[in-house]
Amino acid sequence: MKKGRIIRVSGPLIEAEEMKGARMFDVVQVSEERLLGEIIGLDQDKASIQVYEETAGIGVGEPVYITGEPVSVALGPGLIESIYDGVQRPLDDIQEEIGDFIARGVSVPALEPEKKWEFVPKRKKGDRVAPGDVLGTVQETVLVEHRIMVPPGLEGIIEEIKGGEFTIKDTIAVVKRGNGQKEEIQMEQRWGVRRPRPVKRRLPPIKPLFTGQRVIDTFFPIAKGGTACIPGPFGSGKTVMQHQLAKWAEAEIVVYIGCGERGNEMTDVLNEFPKLKDPKSGEPLMKRTILLANTSNMPVAAREASIYTGITIAEYFRDMGYSVAVMADSTSRWAEALREISGRLEEMPGEEGYPAYLGSSVAQFYERAGRVECLGTPDREGAISVIGAVSPPGGDLSDPVVQNTLRVVKVFWSLKAELAYARHFPAIDWLTSYSLYHDNTQSYMKEEVAEDFVTLERGAMRILEEEDELQEMVRLVGVDALSSKERRILLVARMLREDFLHQNASHEIDTYTSMSKQYLMLKNIINFYQEAEEVDADIEKLESLDVLQDIARMKFVKEGKIEELEKLLGTIKEAIGGVMKEEAIDES
Amino acid sequence: MRAEYKAVSDVFGPLLFVEGVSGVKYGELCSVILPDGEERTGKVLEVHRDKAMIQVFEGTRGIDIPESTVMFQGKTIELPLSLDILGRVFDGMGEPIDGKPPIIPEKRADINGAPINPYAREYPNEFIQTGISTIDGLNPLVRGQKLPLFSGSGLPHNRVAAQIARQARVLGKEEEFAVVFAAMGITFEEAEFFHNDFEETGALERVVMFLNLADDPAIERLSTARAALTAAEYLAFDQKMHVLVIMTDMTNYCEALREISAARKEVPGRRGYPGYLYTDLASIYERAGRIKNNKGSITLMPVLSMPEDDKTHPIPDLTGYITEGQIIFSRSLERKGISPPIDVLPSLSRLKDKGVGKGKTREDHADLYNQLYAAYSKGKEAAELAVILGEATLSDMDKIYLKFADVFEERYVNQDEYENRSIEETLELGWELLSMLPKRELKRTRDEFIDKYYSKHQKEEARESEKSKEREESVIEEKESKAST
Repeated sequence: MKKGRIIRVSGPLIEAEEMKGARMFDVVQVSEERLLGEIIGLDQDKASIQVYEETAGIGVGEPVYITGEPVSVALGPGLIESIYDGVQRPLDDIQEEIGDFIARGVSVPALEPEKKWEFVPKRKKGDRVAPGDVLGTVQETVLVEHRIMVPPGLEGIIEEIKGGEFTIKDTIAVVKRGNGQKEEIQMEQRWGVRRPRPVKRRLPPIKPLFTGQRVIDTFFPIAKGGTACIPGPFGSGKTVMQHQLAKWAEAEIVVYIGCGERGNEMTDVLNEFPKLKDPKSGEPLMKRTILLANTSNMPVAAREASIYTGITIAEYFRDMGYSVAVMADSTSRWAEALREISGRLEEMPGEEGYPAYLGSSVAQFYERAGRVECLGTPDREGAISVIGAVSPPGGDLSDPVVQNTLRVVKVFWSLKAELAYARHFPAIDWLTSYSLYHDNTQSYMKEEVAEDFVTLERGAMRILEEEDELQEMVRLVGVDALSSKERRILLVARMLREDFLHQNASHEIDTYTSMSKQYLMLKNIINFYQEAEEVDADIEKLESLDVLQDIARMKFVKEGKIEELEKLLGTIKEAIGGVMKEEAIDES
Repeated sequence: MRAEYKAVSDVFGPLLFVEGVSGVKYGELCSVILPDGEERTGKVLEVHRDKAMIQVFEGTRGIDIPESTVMFQGKTIELPLSLDILGRVFDGMGEPIDGKPPIIPEKRADINGAPINPYAREYPNEFIQTGISTIDGLNPLVRGQKLPLFSGSGLPHNRVAAQIARQARVLGKEEEFAVVFAAMGITFEEAEFFHNDFEETGALERVVMFLNLADDPAIERLSTARAALTAAEYLAFDQKMHVLVIMTDMTNYCEALREISAARKEVPGRRGYPGYLYTDLASIYERAGRIKNNKGSITLMPVLSMPEDDKTHPIPDLTGYITEGQIIFSRSLERKGISPPIDVLPSLSRLKDKGVGKGKTREDHADLYNQLYAAYSKGKEAAELAVILGEATLSDMDKIYLKFADVFEERYVNQDEYENRSIEETLELGWELLSMLPKRELKRTRDEFIDKYYSKHQKEEARESEKSKEREESVIEEKESKAST
């Protein structure tokens, strides 16, 4: 292997000379300890290298080995249910190997090399295959059928293909290229993390990705193949939100990237996910989840790599025809890693010390999301939805990471500290948040959820907006100065806020709400409003109605019993009718 | 390997540059010997060809260019450890300063530590009773948590920290515990306060102190925090003890870091702090926690004073992003005479949900704190309205909430420094206060808990008024039935 020698060590950045022949973004091994690094700059025969491990104890003159390979991930059966660090080293195996603390220089394979998988061929000898064609399948977990595909760049005729039990390194098929060259195909394939995997065609996202979170699904939906960001100050519930989405989003595969965040949060996911059941299949959520944990105290360069590792794994499953959801918590930490490396490279800084290419890096990452027609046969559609948390300093949205993210993402869930202080969770501000997928998903909602869903949603949003204006007035002149109609709006808006938008993530029933339940809950509240409006009901009397308690308890109605909510519709009508009678009596 | 160089080329702030070196490693420890024979400790921050940049912990005063020598030690900074560290006092480099003999080490550990594998972590879920209602009742602390106190100059954060160190215990358990105390840039008086407090309560023999006082070299603060945590890791994970680490004041630590960064002419981030402040703080705070199959734990309570009480200042801001919540002190409560002046609304313990409930504290705990929060928050809103419009314009409900907020501050938040409230007392007090509110306002609590806990506190008059309301209702029903006939 060719090697150069170190001339400078500064934290995670190393400079080496005699590096002729090395290419940008190639992997290198630093010193005799073979620490993993990546070339991020070249100048004549000098290379700048970011090292994915702690560099203490490394000195000038030590060797740097050039591998000539780009930084890549291992793809194949065994990915699901894994927990990796930022450069795809399995943390459970690391613990087994070296104990509770992470030392450097450990090398463990990303995928279990010994384990045998049952491979079922879907093509036969003599078939002509092209990149992306599904050769066969492996039932990886109860929820995931792993499809082994012809790697990009390989086309030809199947010379040999066999079913049975194989390890990921065994050859399962041999393909003869047009020029007569024979290629062996294994279940484990590799792909460079910085290059998006090819697709046949990109498609616009049209189906909503339901998440079981009322404020999101009803008011600010994200589409399958869409992008969203959650910026908010600390304590506003970003991570809880990300966990909720990872748990309940209607995706077939979930890739959760813990990027520069707390170690205990990853432990929480590891403890909780195997216990939680997918509402659809009833199987543990872990059976569809891949975790990447590069916590804040782990090496900063690996943090930079972690989001690329994550999205590449997501693309691989997308290519199989799955809908994948990627949660990145938090992209600010990734940007900070970029900033730290850039600073050590002594690059000219842009805003707030971030490198000038921050914007394009953010855009490139989010652009790897999308709904696509996958390469190869059979025809299939896959999607990657990306949801990135952003942690702006002081919650200030003028932060460059937030601004650059907002420029590319289509959904903005704005978390507000004030809501969090009032313990209104999720603290998504309904007035400033937006979703640009409304128009795309509208027809789906009308057809699949309910004809009047969109009307109800618009009506509810208008009430919330009016409430905001009225609150201003209340602040100036007091609530008594408002008309009966205006006070009814305040009452219903409060209902919407407390009984619909507010959702308790740790309550066993409230944590997930199906679309049909969301629809009925919303319908009941809006109906209450309309009924009361129609008869111009007296506000004092409305406020003391018992049915208000029934409405408040709607969220605790079990999914299996939502017909109770349908009944409530009648109860509301009766109750308001009762108010009218009372008024009639009062007048007489 | 001990290589000696007499080739200092440049001294700049806390940094020293040596030329013509070879074989020097990044992060290596070195001694700097001054012309008068004084020896100081430094750490290699960067090596570039034959030049090394060294950060001198004790400061560069008195270092000259021709005479001073630099000796590289070939290892990183290590702390000698054994159980004898309990009851001892060290400086920021881990040297004893209590006049007693040096530690005979059973083990030496690199003060930079290594990250805990997230897979090896045990999720913290054991409730610690601190005896302070605002913490136990609303923001419960659990073993292995990192919960900072965000304070301001002139606020009694040290007293609260001392009270926690004094009273903290896990319900129903007597286990080995220790306190590690790291003082960074605080005054002699403040350090003495802690020392006396530990002494009075007889805890001193379970305490390890690392002192870097205000007049000690600022750069040494960087190693003080790390040395303290290395001692804590040893006691927790090697000796299986439950360790509470108190670090005060993190603001001074960050300022030392900024000083180094400025001297290195790095591109500054916000307010001149280096861009890697987050990563650096994380390498400290994340050392708290628990490990699977290990009895010990490190619970971390850093204290920091927010410059100008500004929570968005980079130090509290980045701290809040790493720690599992924060306890915030409020100057306006302090002015009202409420002590400890803990501002309940922005305070938060992220791990509270896992630490409370049946078998840990009590079944109703989670619902109760949600309800208390919501009610106090409404009371505060009403108070704001009252300031603008006058109390008379408030609705009846708002007036009740306003009163609730006042009583809540006076009785729940306010507490004597030596008052150790059990969790039962705190919970009952919560329900007693909630009984000021009518039942239908309790939207965040389950009915079963309302029946079990709320009703017994509800005052006679309140019950009366509900009864009269029922009576009214029956009158209405009668009227209705008459009307229909």
